[in-house]
Amino acid sequence: MAQKKLSIRIDGQLIAAEEGLTILQAAKANGKYIPTLCALDGLTPVGACRVCLVEVSGVDRLFPACTTPIQDGMSVITNSARLARYRRISVELLLIERNHTCAVCVSNGHCELQSMATSLGVNTVEFSYNYPKLGVDTSHPRYVLDHNRCILCTRCVRVCAELEGAHVWDVTSRGIHSRITSELNERWGQATSCTNCGKCVQACPTGALAEKGWAVEEMVKKLGTVTSLAQKRGAHV
Amino acid sequence: MKRITIEPISRIEGHGKITIHLNDEGHVAGAEFHVTQIRGFEKFTEGRPFYEMPGITARICGICPISHLLASSKACDAIMAVRIPPTARKLRELVHCAQIVQSHALSFFYLSAPDFLLGMSSNPARRNVMGVIADYPELARDGIELRKFGLQVVEGLAEERVHNSWIVPGGVAKALAASVRERILSELPAAKAIIERTIPLFKRALDNYKEEIAVFGSFPTMYAGLVDAKGNAQFYEGNLRFRAASGEIVQDQIAAEDYKQWIGEASLRESYLKAPYFVPQGFPAGVYRVGPLGRINAADGCGTPAADAELREFRERFGTVANSAFLYHYARLIEIVYALERIEALLNDPQILDAHVRATAAVNALEGVGMIEAPRGTLIHHYKVNEEGAITWANLIVATGHNNLAIGRSVQQVAEHYVDGAKLNEGMLNHVSAVVRAYDPCLSCSTHADGSLAMRIQLLNAEGALLDEIAN
Ligand code: SF4
Ligand code: SF4
Ligand code: FES
Repeated sequence: MAQKKLSIRIDGQLIAAEEGLTILQAAKANGKYIPTLCALDGLTPVGACRVCLVEVSGVDRLFPACTTPIQDGMSVITNSARLARYRRISVELLLIERNHTCAVCVSNGHCELQSMATSLGVNTVEFSYNYPKLGVDTSHPRYVLDHNRCILCTRCVRVCAELEGAHVWDVTSRGIHSRITSELNERWGQATSCTNCGKCVQACPTGALAEKGWAVEEMVKKLGTVTSLAQKRGAHV
Repeated sequence: MKRITIEPISRIEGHGKITIHLNDEGHVAGAEFHVTQIRGFEKFTEGRPFYEMPGITARICGICPISHLLASSKACDAIMAVRIPPTARKLRELVHCAQIVQSHALSFFYLSAPDFLLGMSSNPARRNVMGVIADYPELARDGIELRKFGLQVVEGLAEERVHNSWIVPGGVAKALAASVRERILSELPAAKAIIERTIPLFKRALDNYKEEIAVFGSFPTMYAGLVDAKGNAQFYEGNLRFRAASGEIVQDQIAAEDYKQWIGEASLRESYLKAPYFVPQGFPAGVYRVGPLGRINAADGCGTPAADAELREFRERFGTVANSAFLYHYARLIEIVYALERIEALLNDPQILDAHVRATAAVNALEGVGMIEAPRGTLIHHYKVNEEGAITWANLIVATGHNNLAIGRSVQQVAEHYVDGAKLNEGMLNHVSAVVRAYDPCLSCSTHADGSLAMRIQLLNAEGALLDEIAN
């Protein structure tokens, strides 16, 4: 069934896009770049990171492009000084929340948070660091979860539930105390529903989920395997 | 009782302080070497996956991170219970020798040469590497070139000069490229020529320092260093040997995992740097020294022709066991010769380009010890892990720690000779600092603290009131 086309403007350019798409999807389909962190092609968007914020004409507040559906006649701005500032703040808040010591991280040099910070020009952080004392779950025989590096993007939650069908991960507690948790708050190694597929590890944008045994800088994620699988399952990529 | 405090000593890596205690007559009653900062690596690595330890502990030090990478990786190899591929072993030794060359070159040409080329009591404003460059431009250039050679070998192998992720648990991350091997081999003759020029120069200058040789940490102690089965000095492999000042071998072939049986660690008041001692002789009698002088005193030889020839000459001059800390500088030069010869031999090893350079395994042992000879002396990393591979306990013994007791005694000896107690003067201050520098102590390493290089002495009377103070 042919989808109804809506006409919107992105940065002034008139675009015809299918109804039901998000601003992010419509922008991507038309070669427009909007930075993202928690969004991953093939997974349900959740709007967790606020890096994809855009302006919509006539509305004062900002919208996350990954979760906001397009509307007929909508006019979207993807780049402005205000957006640049809010995006930078979003990343800064992620950096101060936990302990991102890039120099000793397995994902140093291959981390989406790190490269996002670089590309947004986050070279200083204007808030003070939290330095929470957080644990590392080493109980899984092949993988490791380091809460210090988790940005609560929930990609792991979604990939495991939506693509692997195991739904090992979830988020527990609230606010600043939120944590990724496996099964019914078991340690990962005790989670009987985990199939050891490794999708969560590959989908994780930081060094929070990693394969065991890699030294500093060695953990390179195979994101492509996750998105191509999603595509095969019919996801709109 | 009066008290003189010197802190921190300039031109050493890190941050330290010396206290000289004077009695009521103004004579030196005692001296202590303090390290007052701590970083607590042992504590905050708890819970980390063990294989992250090389990367984390390498951050202890920007001067010799490779030493920590190696000792830590060896401890991890032990936890994985793997025998790493022979080529990986050789590549690790290769990068280590290059590091020794660059570290010793830094110590000798940049940090110590100002003292013995320009004179210990010369104008402090000129008594630094800039003064050496002005008065001895060729020597200064040689120093820079030699250090550069070492750094370039490290870079060729590990791709990063300071903190690399090439040395990993189980071996090394990548095989050696043939082009890199050729390049290093082609640069080697120039590096050898530098050291061949420098040693005679140093030997000539040595005659001006009879007094220093006699009073710079010149007292009998034991010496410790790694040796192979034949008794030749080792940087990367081998077991630990203790040799007494008499020449007698006190204990030989101590394997890494047995170190605790022989090395105790005493905590000192006013210092975060622990003082290791030789267990059978107790604390503080079991004082021993490590590092370049410790190694060449402990070993029977080097096993390479040029270094052995230098060592023979050294022993003809100073005996089988040389006791003056001033001779650390000499030992450092001999070790540069040795390291360059090892680099050449390793590069010419038919196996060195082999592609199999990494073994993988999970946790197979709950404890692991890695022991190597860092430029400044024996370095021990000891970890305990749970079945999941998370660190539950860690202990690091660094080179400067082993020397802690001996440094204190050396300071006392120099102070007795040069300090008259009435007034602080720059020449005295520098003699005291220079004896500490002879050990090339790396304080950022030994306390896992970061460095700042200013110096201050305070002279305190019996009640602790400030009598005199100088600072730079
Ligand atoms: S390894 Fe696979 S099954 Fe296990 S938690 Fe990760 S995505 Fe889910
Ligand atoms: S573990 Fe990784 S994928 Fe999961 S929420 Fe944290 S950062 Fe995202
Ligand atoms: S990508 Fe849209 S909120 Fe994270």
